[in-house]
Amino acid sequence: MKQVVWGLVILLVILHHDVWLWDDPTLVGGFMPITLLYHAGISIAAGITWFLATRYAWPEGLDGDAGIPEADA
Amino acid sequence: MIPLIIIAGYLALLLGLGLFSSRLFRGTSRDYMLASHSIGPVLLLMSIFGTTMTAFALVGSTGEAFKEGVGVYGMLASSSGIIHSLCFFVLGIRLWSFGHRYGYTTQIQFFRDRLQSDRIGLLLFPILVGLVIPYLLIGVMASGSVINSMTAGRPGPDGVVDGAFEQGTFPEFLEMGQGPDGRPSFAAGSAGGLPKQLASLIICGVVLIYVFFGGMRGTAWANTFQTIVFMVLGIVTFSMIAMKLGGKESFLESLRAASAAIPQDKLIRGPVGDHPGLSKLKFLTYMFVPLSVGMFPHLFQHWLTARSARSFKLPVVAHPIFIMIVWVPCVLIGAWAASDLFFGSLPPPLQAKLEANPNIVLPVMVKKLTNPVLGGFLTAGILAAIMSSLDSQFLCLGTMFTEDIVKHYGPKDRISDRQSVLIARLFIIGIVAVTYVLSLFEPRAVFTLGVWCFSGFASLFPLVFACIYWKRLTRAGAYASIIAAFGSWCYLFAESEFARNRSYTVNFTLGGVTYETMPVASMILASTAALVLVSLITRPPDREHLSRFFDSV
Repeated sequence: MKQVVWGLVILLVILHHDVWLWDDPTLVGGFMPITLLYHAGISIAAGITWFLATRYAWPEGLDGDAGIPEADA
Repeated sequence: MIPLIIIAGYLALLLGLGLFSSRLFRGTSRDYMLASHSIGPVLLLMSIFGTTMTAFALVGSTGEAFKEGVGVYGMLASSSGIIHSLCFFVLGIRLWSFGHRYGYTTQIQFFRDRLQSDRIGLLLFPILVGLVIPYLLIGVMASGSVINSMTAGRPGPDGVVDGAFEQGTFPEFLEMGQGPDGRPSFAAGSAGGLPKQLASLIICGVVLIYVFFGGMRGTAWANTFQTIVFMVLGIVTFSMIAMKLGGKESFLESLRAASAAIPQDKLIRGPVGDHPGLSKLKFLTYMFVPLSVGMFPHLFQHWLTARSARSFKLPVVAHPIFIMIVWVPCVLIGAWAASDLFFGSLPPPLQAKLEANPNIVLPVMVKKLTNPVLGGFLTAGILAAIMSSLDSQFLCLGTMFTEDIVKHYGPKDRISDRQSVLIARLFIIGIVAVTYVLSLFEPRAVFTLGVWCFSGFASLFPLVFACIYWKRLTRAGAYASIIAAFGSWCYLFAESEFARNRSYTVNFTLGGVTYETMPVASMILASTAALVLVSLITRPPDREHLSRFFDSV
């Protein structure tokens, strides 16, 4: 699963370079420039990918990680 | 005058919060600089996000979208969503772990220990401080511009009308600017608003007071409060501007009307008419710029405040989403500002002012399209974004000076904990004063200055990455990397005429085709090559030392 997560990160970096939308002036829904919508989607996809990273690729054996309550300061 | 009263109220509230948090101060330098490692996930997310979102994000992104179009979001925001969280994940957690284990307070302490070199601190200290100061300048300059724009009047037949202050309220050198004909002009100066120099001074003073008394805990609390303020007010302002600019009954119809007016060259990234567009390779190499967060000394300090490694999970996941919430409205507003609906409706002197200084696009739009009350609140929101970065940077410089210079080279057993806090506070006052004086000189565009500053930090990314993940890195390799990064930054910065050339790129010609790249790509290439080559030809570090930083040696 760890490899899948890092694969997704690489995929995100590749998909970020949306050369196919370079000259596309479409306004999605009549108001949202398609390139802006696409990159907002990249931001959401990044959030999901990093969520998967914290679940499946979290580094092990870090100091001070055990038994500490997660309630905020 | 209403916006000025709201801004004053907001600053007073912030001061109250800073002073309140100082009552929780435990009196130790560790508490002053690292909040005694007590920050949980929510405060960590808000303080890290508030720190990374600066004038660059709000004022700079709107101004740059006004100049270059909606492609600005992909250039820096969505790439930052990927790269910032990557840095938190691959660097932040590890550095927090080392800091927790070996008691570091600053980046330089980590590098000195990891590379077994005392002198590396002397090399890094001026470089890091030198790069943080332009970053500070961005905030100080932008805060002055924003407050002035929001309180200034508009050109009338007999001079400026509706300004917060009459001509003659302040000394002439604060009020007068240079008019289009080269003669002193009130309209081209403060134009009835609070003079920029005075506004910047007030912001510096407010930040100084709450950092001085509250330390890291006050900074984290103030950042959290300010992050909430600028996110909420940003969304409210976006809605108000859309409704007013679109001028339709429903929100959706107004959005459509506003976006339909965006000029073609702001919708796409290819060339249109005189607009050269953005080259694809330049866009690709922009992705190196956000690597800068891996080397921000103030972010390192925030990482160390975390209560546990698990506190990083929320910032890692939520950071890209938060970036989207802040940047998408700003970029869209900037593109709308370039349309005939807005720009075309402005008097020529104001058009010229906007083209000369895109940093004021957002405040000018807010002022023209919303009411004074919302204008005041939005100004507070923009100032919140600016101050939530300034505070961390001021505190970080005070900490670095105390820990890396005074305590490291001074008589350790003769400097008490209380004296450490005092030294940090005094140095913070000095840095605020220096930054303020530098800000009085005429600014470059916030965005351009920001990109150069971030590029400098990004060029040091290979060093921190190799320190954590490459056992073969040697002390000499680290020195070579820093020198290559610094040397290439200085050379390219000079080549760009010290940021006067806003669209400076490093160009390569292959087969008759010229490829444009961002200077940061060359800097990272130089520092990485120097790091790898010199490390490979010098003696590797001893295994015993490496075992402190690597699980298997």
